[in-house]
Amino acid sequence: MTDTSLAPTGRTTPAAARDLAVEMIDVNKWYGDFHVLKAIDLEVKKGEKIVICGPSGSGKSTMIRCINRLEEHQAGRIIVDGIELTEDLKRIDEIRRDVGMVFQHFNLFPHLTILENCTLAPIWVKKLPKREADEIAMHYLRRVRIPEQANKYPGQLSGGQQQRVAIARSLCMSPKIMLFDEPTSALDPEMVKEVLDTMVGLANEGMTMLVVTHEMGFARQVADRVIFMDAGQIIESNEPNAFFANPQHERTKLFLSQILH
Amino acid sequence: MSSTDIPPTKTIFVRKEMIGASAAPISTRGFFGWVRTRLFGSLFDAILTVIGLSIAGSIIWSVVDFAIVRAVWTGANGEVCRAEGSGACWPYVTAYWQQFLYGRYPAEERWRAIAVFFAFFGLLVPLAMPKVPFKFANTLAFLVGLPIFAYVMLCGGWFGLVPVETMRWGGLLVTMVVAVTGIVTSLPIGILFALGRRSQMPIVRMLSVVFIEFWRGVPMITVLFMAANMLPLFMPDGVDVDKLLRALIGVSIFTAAYLAETIRGGLQAIPKGQYEGAMALGLGYWKMMGLIVMPQALKMVIPGIVNSFISLFKDTTLVLIVSIFDLLGMIQSSRSDPEWAAPSTSTTGYLVAAAIFWIFCFGMSRYSQWMERRLATGHKR
Ligand SMILES: Nc1ncnc2c1ncn2[C@@H]1O[C@H](COP(=O)(O)OP(=O)(O)O)[C@@H](O)[C@H]1O
Ligand SMILES: [Mg+2]
Repeated sequence: MTDTSLAPTGRTTPAAARDLAVEMIDVNKWYGDFHVLKAIDLEVKKGEKIVICGPSGSGKSTMIRCINRLEEHQAGRIIVDGIELTEDLKRIDEIRRDVGMVFQHFNLFPHLTILENCTLAPIWVKKLPKREADEIAMHYLRRVRIPEQANKYPGQLSGGQQQRVAIARSLCMSPKIMLFDEPTSALDPEMVKEVLDTMVGLANEGMTMLVVTHEMGFARQVADRVIFMDAGQIIESNEPNAFFANPQHERTKLFLSQILH
Repeated sequence: MSSTDIPPTKTIFVRKEMIGASAAPISTRGFFGWVRTRLFGSLFDAILTVIGLSIAGSIIWSVVDFAIVRAVWTGANGEVCRAEGSGACWPYVTAYWQQFLYGRYPAEERWRAIAVFFAFFGLLVPLAMPKVPFKFANTLAFLVGLPIFAYVMLCGGWFGLVPVETMRWGGLLVTMVVAVTGIVTSLPIGILFALGRRSQMPIVRMLSVVFIEFWRGVPMITVLFMAANMLPLFMPDGVDVDKLLRALIGVSIFTAAYLAETIRGGLQAIPKGQYEGAMALGLGYWKMMGLIVMPQALKMVIPGIVNSFISLFKDTTLVLIVSIFDLLGMIQSSRSDPEWAAPSTSTTGYLVAAAIFWIFCFGMSRYSQWMERRLATGHKR
C-alpha cells in the first residue's frame, strides 16, 4: 500500500523533495472572473494525513480536485509524487493511477456489479489479468467488510455500503495518495461511522490522505494537520489539538464555533 | 377481506410474518371486473365501447373474410381468382413466392442466398440470447465473418461461384441486406457523431453538427435519388460504384444522423460524477466512453434506437425509386403480370408485404422491450 520505493520515469523534482507526496506552489485558479484558489501553498509528506475544512464554497473541493486534474489550475505548480502536472496527458494518466479519489456521491458505476466496479480499472488501466484483478478486488471488499455483496449492483446497496465500495474500488489500483471529498456528507447519520472506521483503518496503515470533511472527531483521531480554508485561501494550518484548542484566526474561530456546538 | 366476520374471542395469535396486500374484491377483478370498470363504467363509456367494438369487429371480419373465407387457395393461373366475389388470390403468392424472396436472383443459385439466410439467423439467434456462451466469438463471427461470407456467397466470382450482379438481387433478400447492413453500420457511425457533437474540439464538433443537420434535413428519397443519379456525374470516368452499395451507404448514413441525436440525448443524461469517477481511476477518453458512459447512455435510449431501426427497416422500401426491387418492389411489379391479373391480386400482394414487414418490426420491438427489462440493474431510485 505505502510502497514509496521505485519512481517511474518522468520524475522531475530534486532528491530533497522525494519525501513529498503532494506539493502545491502558489497555485491559482479562476472560473471566469471568479478567483477560486488564491496562491495556495501546500506540502503533504508521504504518509501524512491532512483534513481540510472550511465553509461551503471556499474552494476545498476545487483544491483537491486539482491534485488529480479533475480541475485545471491556471497558475503555479502542482507536483504529485514527484511528477509535475502539466498539459501532458501521459503524466496526467500516470498521476491518476497513483491517486485514488472518493467522492461525496460515491460515483459508482450503476451498470456494473460491485466486483466489476472494483476490477474495471485494474483490468483496463493496469492490464491485470481478470483473475488477479478479481482476487485483489475481493481482498479489498473483505477489508471494507462487504465481500458478500460482490455480485450485487450499486443500486441494491445502502449509502454507507456504496461509499465503502467506492473506497475499495480506489484501493484496488494500489494508490499512493487518497483524496476524499466529503465522503460522509451524503450519508444518513447511522452510516457515517462505518465509513469513517474504514478510513481510520486506512490511515493507520500509513496511507497518504487528504480528506475534506467536517467530521471533527475524525480529524482529531487521525489528522497530522488540519487546514482551514476560506474564500479560496488557506487561512490556517496546524496540528489538530492546537487547531481546535487554540485557533489563530477570527474566521477559524467563527467557523469552529458554528460546527462544534 | 372484512375482519368483522371473525368472532373476536375465537383465536388469539401474534402475526409472525406480514401478509401482502390482498387482491381486490372479485367485482373489480378478473376479466369481468375489467370489462365492467373499463368498458361499461358509465353510459357514455358503454356507448363508446359498443361503437369501438363494432368498428374493430367489422375491420377484422373483412380481413378474415377476404384472406380466408372467400380466398382462392389453388389454381394454375389468375383465371380462378377472377370469379365474382372471390377473395385473396393465394395461388398467385405461391407462384411468385420465390421471387418475393430472392427477386431475379438466378433460380439455380438461390441456395447461396438460403445459405446466407441460415448463417445470418444461425448467428443472430444465439447472439440475441444472453444465456448462450461464446458471446465474443459470436459477435466477431456476426460482424466480421458474416459480411465476408455473405459478400462472397451473394456476389460470387470466387471459389467457382457464378457472379451475380446486384441488379438481379431482389425481394426479401434485398430488404434484409439493406436493413441489416444499415442497422449494423449506422449504430457505430451514429455513436461517433454523437460523441463528436459533444467533443471539446471545435472542429470535430462543428463537422459533426454539419453532418447531422445536413442528413436530417433532407428526405430519404432525395438521398437515394442523389446517390443513384447525381453521384455518377461527380465521379471520375471509369469509377462506378455499385447501385445497391450506393443505396446502402445512403440508408446507413441517413439513419446514423438520426441515431447520433438519439444517442446524444442519452449522453446528456449521464451525470458528471460518472465521468469524474472514471477519470479519477485513470481511464482515458475512449475507455471512459466505451466502458462507463456509452453502455449507460445506450441502455437509456434503447427505445429511440429501436425506433430508428424499425423506421430504417420500413424505409428500405424506398430503394424501389432507384429501381432496386426489394420485397415490396417485387410485389408491386408482379401484381401487374397479366397472367395473374384479377381484382384481388394487388390486395393479396400488399397483404403479404404488410404481414412480413409487421412480423419483423414487431419482433424487433418486442425484443428491445425484453432487453430493456433485462438490462435494468435496479439503480433507479
Ligand atoms: N465549474 C464551475 N464554474 C464556476 N464556478 C464554480 C465551478 N465549480 C465550482 N465553482 C465555484 O467555486 C467555488 C468553490 O467551489 P468548491 O471548491 O466546490 O467549494 P467547497 O468544496 O469548498 O464547498 C464555489 O463558489 C463554487 O460556486
Ligand atoms: Mg465541496
